[in-house]
Amino acid sequence: MCLALPVKIVELTDGDQAVVDLGGVRKEISLALVEGVALGDYVILHVGYALTRLDPAEAERTLATFAESGLAEPASA
Amino acid sequence: MKYIDEFRDGGLARSLGAAIAREARAERRYSFMEFCGGHTHAIARYGVTDLLPANVRMIHGPGCPVCVLPVGRVDMAIEIARRPGVILATYGDTMRVPASGRLSLLKAKAQGADVRMVYSTADAVRLAEENPGREVVMFAIGFETTTPPTALAIKMAEAKGLGNFLVFCNHVLTPSAISHILESPEVRELGTVPIDGFVGPAHVSTVIGSRPYEFFAEEYQKPVVIAGFEPLDVMQAILMLVRQVNDGRAEVENEFTRAVTREGNAKAQALVAEVFELRREFEWRGLGAVPYSALRLKEKYAAFDAERRYGLADRQVADHKACECGAILRGVKQPADCKLFGTACTPENPLGSCMVSSEGACAAHYTYGRFRDVSRKAAAAAT
Repeated sequence: MCLALPVKIVELTDGDQAVVDLGGVRKEISLALVEGVALGDYVILHVGYALTRLDPAEAERTLATFAESGLAEPASA
Repeated sequence: MKYIDEFRDGGLARSLGAAIAREARAERRYSFMEFCGGHTHAIARYGVTDLLPANVRMIHGPGCPVCVLPVGRVDMAIEIARRPGVILATYGDTMRVPASGRLSLLKAKAQGADVRMVYSTADAVRLAEENPGREVVMFAIGFETTTPPTALAIKMAEAKGLGNFLVFCNHVLTPSAISHILESPEVRELGTVPIDGFVGPAHVSTVIGSRPYEFFAEEYQKPVVIAGFEPLDVMQAILMLVRQVNDGRAEVENEFTRAVTREGNAKAQALVAEVFELRREFEWRGLGAVPYSALRLKEKYAAFDAERRYGLADRQVADHKACECGAILRGVKQPADCKLFGTACTPENPLGSCMVSSEGACAAHYTYGRFRDVSRKAAAAAT
């Protein structure tokens, strides 16, 4: 129910609408719930609406954290 | 796909699992509840449980909207769908939820009720436009993610002057459900399990932000780590929870920073506040009546409210006698503890709501975990 996917905005159309690319599938979605989304941005798509913009820099940081966590030495026992 | 595949990397998952095993202290047990069905699904699908040490246990929470919808509300939806001239628009998830008298929306549809699956509330508004002689009722369910789209649909129908678009509102709230699990005497009486911390909602938090959990972490002294729905997100969150417990901290931490801020989506929040107000209480399957845990349409939007227009009253209907959904939703029982699991109750023919949605604990375990139980039992018998 709360499932949502990161999708890329490939076209801004009339009003609050946009076309997104979902692994090769193009679909029209609504941007009525978000502000300042630009062409090429990634958004989190849920039941036809973008819920929020995805922050690529934060995504990179999180991936780096995973790698660090895995390598980290044991905390003081 | 970008921003999905990287968060499912098997090698990283194993090293995160090793880190959790290193940092979890051998002398204690850790029980964490993942509130959301999205996390439950990820844990089952990617075998996260198998990557955790034996003293770290995940408890499935009630964060699956289809699962917590009580039978009475589904009965009401069927009653609406059967009204002459009505089209009931619904998300696909609700179609097979068992109702009274062995009915479901799917069976009501087979018997002639006009039930239409929609992908989005905008599709329901379009149905109302295309069918001016009919009343189109959106069966609106879900947590804080689906609520803003419902509010937008009502505003859209208002702007278009559509008098034949209505909403049957069943939207529920995450923070009140989490508090209820911890503090309600009824829930304590029904039985709960000790919880050391929570993996907090992913997409719900994109809307409400991380702030609403702060009171809760402080008041109940339970750590909360908001996490994305991919397996690595969940594992990192578990590691962060283990660290909080070890340090004696009870804070709100955010693992899902690529989509969640402290403030959340202000535009969506404003829309919801404009259209909806709190219900005094709402019935949840497994949790009973939870105070201030759901929304209804404000007086200003009464014309769009199906409950008001049709004079529908709440009704209480008992679950199937042998069904353990209630106890499973509180984390007291596991799907395999239910006598009906995998025998009378399967995803093809669900008797309980947790077997319906792919996020339901029973459906997730049936799809991804049931054979693991069998091999574990066989291994135990052999030794």
